[in-house]
Amino acid sequence: MSSPETPQAAISLKDLDISYGSTKVVRDVSFDVATGESFALVGESGSGKSTVLKAIAGLAPDWTGEISVLGKPRGHGTDRAFSETCQMVFQDPYASLHPRKTVDTVLSEPLAIHGIGKRSAKVVEMLGAVGLDQRFRFRFPHQLSGGQRQRVAIARALMLEPKVMLLDEPTSALDVSVQAEILNLLKRLRREQGLTYLMVTHNLPVVSFMCDRMAVMNKGRIVEIAPKTALYDGSFADPYTRDLYAASGGNPDADPEGTASHLKDPA
Amino acid sequence: MTDAPLLEIEDLRVSFATPRGPVEVVKGLSLSLGREERLGIVGESGSGKSMTGRSILRLIRAPGRQTAKTLRFDGLDLMAQSNRQMRQIRGARISMIMQDPKFSLNPVMTIGHQIAEALQVHENLPRRDLQARVIEMLNSVRINDPERVAKMYPHEVSGGMGQRVMIAMMLIPRPQLLIADEPTSALDVSVQAQVLDLIEELVTGNGMGLILISHDLNLVARYCDRILVMNGGEVVEACAARDLHKASHPYTKGLLAAQPRMQETRDELPVLDRSAGAGT
Repeated sequence: MSSPETPQAAISLKDLDISYGSTKVVRDVSFDVATGESFALVGESGSGKSTVLKAIAGLAPDWTGEISVLGKPRGHGTDRAFSETCQMVFQDPYASLHPRKTVDTVLSEPLAIHGIGKRSAKVVEMLGAVGLDQRFRFRFPHQLSGGQRQRVAIARALMLEPKVMLLDEPTSALDVSVQAEILNLLKRLRREQGLTYLMVTHNLPVVSFMCDRMAVMNKGRIVEIAPKTALYDGSFADPYTRDLYAASGGNPDADPEGTASHLKDPA
Repeated sequence: MTDAPLLEIEDLRVSFATPRGPVEVVKGLSLSLGREERLGIVGESGSGKSMTGRSILRLIRAPGRQTAKTLRFDGLDLMAQSNRQMRQIRGARISMIMQDPKFSLNPVMTIGHQIAEALQVHENLPRRDLQARVIEMLNSVRINDPERVAKMYPHEVSGGMGQRVMIAMMLIPRPQLLIADEPTSALDVSVQAQVLDLIEELVTGNGMGLILISHDLNLVARYCDRILVMNGGEVVEACAARDLHKASHPYTKGLLAAQPRMQETRDELPVLDRSAGAGT
């Protein structure tokens, strides 16, 4: 992808510890995500990967260490200016949309909160950007399918034109063919709007498609940070990562076409 | 393998009445399953795969209706059985593993109790033998310290462990056919493999038939002998698991291509053409 002109990191975490009550769930997490990069956090449930996203978004306020987004350190409270630079998309589109608000209301709300005008035009434009027909504008979530809802959730996150997107398993609740559509959409939006992605997932092939680098988490710690090329040959240093790679199907060389295209285009 | 198939289905239809007339969700499905054969049914949400699994046990609730020309299990016409006779078959001879242990286990009953109950319904055993069978079963689904786990409640165990408890519960009456409906989709990848390996081992070890229902093509290909691909209530493709990559139907090909690969080099994933049906 396009190499970042500015050396400034989009997201920078230093010695981040996060607790829920008296239980420490994330320890010593440090990494930088460059501007324009797509970075994955990989791990099993309970490894703390979603918690890291929540801490960045301000949903898990009990943390110590340093979080800065686009060079600005983040405080512990909610922060209006922050939500204009960084937004989150949640895992389950069946749970993350208000059941009694229409798509139009959901999309206008962030604009109203931030006192931005021309809401109607912006909603229309955003529906187009995420590939939803205008007829969906005044529908309720229960009148939409899972894929359509996730498009609405992505549109809502993009309404304030953030530069950094936090994606928490954006496709794990969706069917394979719908997942392909949403992944394509996310990839296109990143290209068009120059976004930075920090994406949580447990699906390694999705990382291979979407991301440039990944951090592997286990039991609240990062055990390894690897480039996506490590997925091509399984060249991981950490034993836990190797297990995860093997459990995800490892290197399926049964598909001769896949290996051929891999040789042709190592980038 | 004996000559008669374990399960024979011909022209199975499941329909639901709606204000706009009946909607068929399974449209004339036929299949036959040999003894000790492992069959995979793959499809996306709404393809009718779960309804097919449920209708084998005649578990389609009203207002749903199921009809079939033939629905024969081990020489027994399931369509002709009374509800009472069906209850004797469910669990004892045909078992079903559901998707999510969180919703399928009774939260106010200990694990040991629930497994014992599954057995007691079908067999009359003295309490000591019952307890021994439960512990033995928990052992065989590789739960460490089964005596302790038997006294625990479902919320005290992890998802993978809960699913193994479910498997124990379903297998303890020693059924001849196991239907597993997305048995691992609520689990982590590393646990998924363990649970499926376990199902495979128990199924082959006890000479059971298996119907594995899933949306994951590769997973089904790994654990089954034969695969049916469903779309819109119909079987669009049937093939041997090892020939899956040679699939010919455009829907199957589309599904295979839409999955990201570990060595991904494509810039965009091909998307199924939905112009024929409903949008995403």
